[in-house]
Amino acid sequence: MPEKKIRVLVAKPGLDGHDRGAKVIARALRDDGMEVIYTGLRQTPEMIAEAALQEDVDVVGLSILSGAHNALVPQIIQELKDNGQENIVVFLGGIIPEDDIQGLLEQGVHKVYGPGTDTREVCKDIRSAVSAEA
Amino acid sequence: MPAELTSELRKGNRLALSRVLSQIEEGSEKSVRILESLFPFTGQAHKIGITGPPGSGKSTLVNALARQLRTLESHPKVAIIAVDPTSPFSGGAILGDRVRMQDLQGDKGIFIRSMASRGALGGLAAQTEMMSQAFDAAAYEYIIIETVGAGQSEVDIVNLAHTTIVVDVPGMGDDIQSIKAGILEIADILVVNKSDQLGADQSVKHLQNMIAMGYRGLRYAGGKHRLSSAMPQKQDEIETSGWVPPVLKTVAFDGTGVDKLADEIVKHGKYLKETGLWTQKAESAITDTLRKLIQSTLYQQWRQTIPDEELEDIIIQVLQRTLHPHQAIKQLLSYNKITRN
Repeated sequence: MPEKKIRVLVAKPGLDGHDRGAKVIARALRDDGMEVIYTGLRQTPEMIAEAALQEDVDVVGLSILSGAHNALVPQIIQELKDNGQENIVVFLGGIIPEDDIQGLLEQGVHKVYGPGTDTREVCKDIRSAVSAEA
Repeated sequence: MPAELTSELRKGNRLALSRVLSQIEEGSEKSVRILESLFPFTGQAHKIGITGPPGSGKSTLVNALARQLRTLESHPKVAIIAVDPTSPFSGGAILGDRVRMQDLQGDKGIFIRSMASRGALGGLAAQTEMMSQAFDAAAYEYIIIETVGAGQSEVDIVNLAHTTIVVDVPGMGDDIQSIKAGILEIADILVVNKSDQLGADQSVKHLQNMIAMGYRGLRYAGGKHRLSSAMPQKQDEIETSGWVPPVLKTVAFDGTGVDKLADEIVKHGKYLKETGLWTQKAESAITDTLRKLIQSTLYQQWRQTIPDEELEDIIIQVLQRTLHPHQAIKQLLSYNKITRN
């Protein structure tokens, strides 16, 4: 039997068009042996939850640089729950002010990453979060 | 609970379907039981394969096609299995076909599943067929299977799909390319996508010429038609008994020509059913599936008969050129008998 692959949805909610960070992360996760579903720009919370449902992912990685994280992230987490996927681990990366991080973690985000994060750290965090969930 | 998952899937629960697909993809013990219970409900869906070189616009075409199929009178549910390559080095993959399929989000009658090829080389993944069975049992009338970007010999799709569509784009090569064996001759429908670009008419002409060359010998045998099995036949027989692959022009990006493509797919489905080829194709697909299952099952059984160190020992002998691989196979296959006796 083949080993269980970790499936990650990398999504960019909201209106900013800067997906370099999302692509760097997608590539790093691929190189770490994960299967990364990349959905493209300007996704609504409904679209992200729908993609997570159809792809049965273990992890959703969100990249937000627009400043709309406090509006978008809770909606996405709620949509995932409504679909019965409360087991999905949600990570967030982008330009997130220090003051907002605690609130987002309380909403259910597993971890928040800023610019300059070592991608190896992200891979390690995902692996340990998924094995804790299983 | 496999039984619960199965009945939820049959009721149209999309999360249950999604979880079943994951089980199948992992090849779990549970998935075998699920597939067994789903099997009586399969055999209804029209499976459409889409293949062609990387960048020819397959995903964009699938996007437009799925939307078009949804407008058919029966308002059919449409499933999409999009296969992308797994990295041979890390085992990871980036599955990016959804990026081109954003128009389809929000329609609950469409279900897109991305799949990594996980080392399979024929343009599909090992479990693609089994995943299509789950969609079939969940009453998806059309299952569109998009292969990895294919070169010239990734032709596994023909064993799985009822209708195989090969996508080409203008400027992919001269007329010699179009008479080579391989991917072009598996097409039931040929599409020249991006046909608003220079050279589209020329590409259409090359493809039409290729088909015309094969037409005299067009023959249906064993459930598959092969342009290459050019046995001369009586002219009237050929004219009454063949599906001649149409060559269509599309611009997937804005949907041009996609209505015609959907029409041809429906027509091809009817043609297969009227001629009995639908059943013949199913038969050859089942034969193919059984062959693969027997191969993997026998391999696993054999693998248990021989301890790792014995296998390693024989590999080293081959490495040192003291044993030819053929001799090695003889020893490996008889290992069990020798030790038992």
